[in-house]
Amino acid sequence: MTDPLRLTGISKRFGSVVALQRVDFRVAPGEIHALLGENGAGKSTLMKVAFGLTRPEAGTITLAGVEYPFVTPVIARRHGVGMVHQHFTAIPALSVLENVTLAAGWRPGRSAWLRLRDTMSEAGITLDPDTRAGDLSAGQKQRLEVLQALAGKTSVLLLDEPSSVLSPPDAEALLDLVRRSRDRGVAAVLITHKLGEALEYGDSITVLRRGAVAFTGPADQVTRHVLIQHMLGDAPPAPVTPPRCNPGAVRLEVANLSVDPLGGTGTGLRQATLQLRAGELVGVAALEGNGHRELLRCLAGLVPSSGGSLQRSGVVSFIPEDRTTEGLIGEFSLTRNVALIRGTPAPWLAGPWIDWSQASQHTASLLARHAISALGPDALAGSLSGGNQQRLLIAEALARDPAILIAENPTRGLDVQAATLVSQRLGEAAAAGVAVLVFHPDLDELLSIATRILVLAGGRLHEAKVGATRDEIGRLMLGEPDAA
Amino acid sequence: MRPERWRALTALGLALTAGLVALAVSLTLTGYDAASALSALWLGGFGTSEGLLSATLPRAVPLILIGLGLGVAFRGGALNIGAEGQFYAGAGVATWIGLSLGGWPRPVAVALVLLGGAGAGLLYGLVPVWLRLRFGVLEVISTLLLNFVAEGVISYLVQGPLMEPRHIYPQSALLPLAARLPLWTGTRLHLGMALALTLAVGIWVFERRTRPGFMLYAAGVNPSAAWIMGRIDTRKVFALALLASAGLAGLAGGAEISGSTYALFQNLSPGYGFTGIAVALLARLHPLGIVASGLLFAGLEAGAGAMQRDAGVPAVIVSVVEAAIILTVLLGDAASRRRLSPATGI
Amino acid sequence: METEITAFMASAVRVATPLLLAALGETVAERGGVINLGIEGAMLAGALGAAIGASAGGPWAGVAAAVVAGLVVGALFALVAVVAGAEQIIAGTATTLGCIGLTGVIYRHHYGPGGVGLTLPTFPATAIPGFSALPILGPLFRQSILTYAAFLLAPALWWLLWRTRWGLRLRAAGEAGLQARTRGVPVRRVRTEGVLLGAALAGLAGASLVLGQVGTFAERMTAGRGFIAIAIVALGGWNPLRVLPAALFFGAALALQYVLQAAVPAVPYQVVLILPYLLTLLVLTTAAGRAKAPADLGRRAASVEGD
Repeated sequence: MTDPLRLTGISKRFGSVVALQRVDFRVAPGEIHALLGENGAGKSTLMKVAFGLTRPEAGTITLAGVEYPFVTPVIARRHGVGMVHQHFTAIPALSVLENVTLAAGWRPGRSAWLRLRDTMSEAGITLDPDTRAGDLSAGQKQRLEVLQALAGKTSVLLLDEPSSVLSPPDAEALLDLVRRSRDRGVAAVLITHKLGEALEYGDSITVLRRGAVAFTGPADQVTRHVLIQHMLGDAPPAPVTPPRCNPGAVRLEVANLSVDPLGGTGTGLRQATLQLRAGELVGVAALEGNGHRELLRCLAGLVPSSGGSLQRSGVVSFIPEDRTTEGLIGEFSLTRNVALIRGTPAPWLAGPWIDWSQASQHTASLLARHAISALGPDALAGSLSGGNQQRLLIAEALARDPAILIAENPTRGLDVQAATLVSQRLGEAAAAGVAVLVFHPDLDELLSIATRILVLAGGRLHEAKVGATRDEIGRLMLGEPDAA
Repeated sequence: MRPERWRALTALGLALTAGLVALAVSLTLTGYDAASALSALWLGGFGTSEGLLSATLPRAVPLILIGLGLGVAFRGGALNIGAEGQFYAGAGVATWIGLSLGGWPRPVAVALVLLGGAGAGLLYGLVPVWLRLRFGVLEVISTLLLNFVAEGVISYLVQGPLMEPRHIYPQSALLPLAARLPLWTGTRLHLGMALALTLAVGIWVFERRTRPGFMLYAAGVNPSAAWIMGRIDTRKVFALALLASAGLAGLAGGAEISGSTYALFQNLSPGYGFTGIAVALLARLHPLGIVASGLLFAGLEAGAGAMQRDAGVPAVIVSVVEAAIILTVLLGDAASRRRLSPATGI
Repeated sequence: METEITAFMASAVRVATPLLLAALGETVAERGGVINLGIEGAMLAGALGAAIGASAGGPWAGVAAAVVAGLVVGALFALVAVVAGAEQIIAGTATTLGCIGLTGVIYRHHYGPGGVGLTLPTFPATAIPGFSALPILGPLFRQSILTYAAFLLAPALWWLLWRTRWGLRLRAAGEAGLQARTRGVPVRRVRTEGVLLGAALAGLAGASLVLGQVGTFAERMTAGRGFIAIAIVALGGWNPLRVLPAALFFGAALALQYVLQAAVPAVPYQVVLILPYLLTLLVLTTAAGRAKAPADLGRRAASVEGD
């Protein structure tokens, strides 16, 4: 029997960032293959390559014995690959039946209804076929995603972190379903960062670290300890030396703050309590969907809280994760982007008037002072490189003399040099007395800059103890503080 | 000159050429003498002081006013296609006010008529704003529907309460002299043009030099960045932009009554509300450009009348020219969008 | 009294037919996420096509020419609004404007500057045996063939939209173009097909106006019926089966104005003209009316498709 999915020598880079390098990955018929790794290790990218959502630069994709340089979702579906995405992909206005029919390529009508009923009974899922997908609960939506992937003739199911956005009982039900499908001969790839899950459900396990395969083998021949070594890297955990700091006055104080999940997925934030002081650079460590976005955006005043108290003093600057759609208007000149940022105290913004020539001079001086390479203040923001865009945002955020600076994954998509510069700036800001709060998915980076670390898991905020090692914090993020 | 401005001008030239070509081709195909038709068009629209001052410029006033408003609306992300109805709302109320101000001093009466028109348009614009913000009804559909409602009400008014005293013609009585905008002696050009030009410069300054104008711009281009970085309430911007355009369309209705027709009747507007969309678009929403494109479209339509009279060419042919210009601009925009941001290839 | 009612009902159905055909066409286009204000132009082009075709080769030739004319207009609109991804509202307005000009010029070229007194071979009323003899309802079954066709098209289009793969893909493209594309739906293509089908029906609507109702052509004779069709689509909740009664309702209102003018001069007839629009707005404010609008309606194909 041929393997339903085989990836050979896959390489993929985003700009100057290497996401995957020469990755080999193979799924045997009827096995559950756990794909384990930290955030940013390349797990999702690898599966997007397999499903045709991303084209690799090198390597081949072999689906049921047929080799391709790249595939499209249509080709992947034709060879029996189904994918369950982390985000909701069903069309909200269409019914459960219509969504599954569309995904499977059936003809609408009674025959589709019968086939859906069969698929549901095989999978052990019950959903009302006539409910609009948009009206389903989060767990039901996830089950609909599975149905969409299973409908038709599916030989391998790709599951992208299914349990990171589900409540524990929903996650368990889903994984049991995957197991039952396996018993009917449907192979599955389970992308996860949870060790326990990989060991419990996986027949084979592959660990990715920084875009390369760190380990691959049968699940019953590997221990939890070995897997952790592979996931987190076998370099001895460097003694963490947090940057020194002398915390000053309290700039932000939060008690029992709760925020509803943004976009309807994830855990949201549950009763967080924290204090930020001047001069601190506090790092937030969290896996996707565990409440970090809700925490940062609520503190920045962008989303309302659903409970608790929040006190801030002074100007708050916020740097959103997505520079190109949220931080900057690509069609606008740099000067206009700088003028957009609210609260910029400047003589050229007196009253309702804007003096563009002064604004332009101000922007030009920002560019010069922070070594931002651009054609000038009139250059379109969209024409700058990611690193220069981010430097501009940080420069302007700091020019406003903020008491608090909140940054969401500020080095996302930057090359090493640009990322280092950005991190340096944040450190300097803290040293100058700003209270800085940063989320970053890469724990190493966070540890190298933060004066202390907060961990969000399942929407709950924990403070990592002083001098906690990388492993300890990593386990806290995985929601397994006691494993070792 | 900045490259994007250069590109915009090239596209404009291309569009105008396309319009002319469309005109020449359809003239030739239907057997008319293209040269004499074009010369009649030119003379009727721009080439004579009679054509320019008494036909083109008076027609340009409502087009410029409506175009200016729609420029603001589209910039702020409000798809108002109800300028026609808002124009009628303004015209109706302006007529009603004007008819009752016979003994008033002229400046006061005229000001009240114009303000009444603008206010009526604005109130009429509140309906789609409220429907959108309260119930999520798309403004495209609600403003379209409200056009019919306004036309129905006007039809009722001119055959009912506002019908002229002899009750013969379905139109209102003529406005008293006090309520009429002054004319430039010997022409049909009225003071509404000065108002339109002043507003164009005012809106230009507003959009270029003030923060609210800049916020309008930003919210229309990228609402999420406008909110996250600028804390701009995009719902508010939407509402204000639509209301401004409705008010200007109402003002256009008032100015048309007070400056051109002096009476209200059915089909007062030969589609100003829709041509206004084209006027705004051709100028890429730039207020000063809207003055120019308003003049262009008014001249085309005025010249079309002369062309029909002098060369026997049906006047409707200019609609073909207008359509060719707009469609070429749209296609050019699409092409440059594609060049600027190539497909991501997924 | 009875004859007045039957006459009114017959005229309501006759007036409603072009509205129904155009609204059914627009329903298909809007289900794919495209609001086509060029439908007014397509209808006008169809009307002229029908006139020219019918005077050359009889009513059926008129129908064929009308459909072709509608398709040509639809293709122009689709090129700008779907393929190039321009603003649909503006593209539609321009398309209609161009059609007003072109039909005027071609008409005058074809029939001379006056063009008056043009009488065209029309479809005779076809009686449905049995039903046409019914009291009161009888006249409803003595209509032109195009009216019957329009009534049958409503369930046929419902079937197309809800019971075929193409219909499901079209609706998916109209609800959420981005997700539809990850499901392998060629969004631009199905949207173009939806626009073309809609424009062909608008052309047919023009034919029914000329060949089933008026019997002649006049410049700008559609007089906003295409825009009324857009209102009917909203009132009918973007569902062909409900668009049918919505079109009849608008047709009845238009027919009622003449009856009312003659019978009850004290009540302004404009009231019945305005009412359908107000009612449509009211329906749209209810949760049920709102939920039915395709979510990606009017959105640029380009922004939906991520390029």
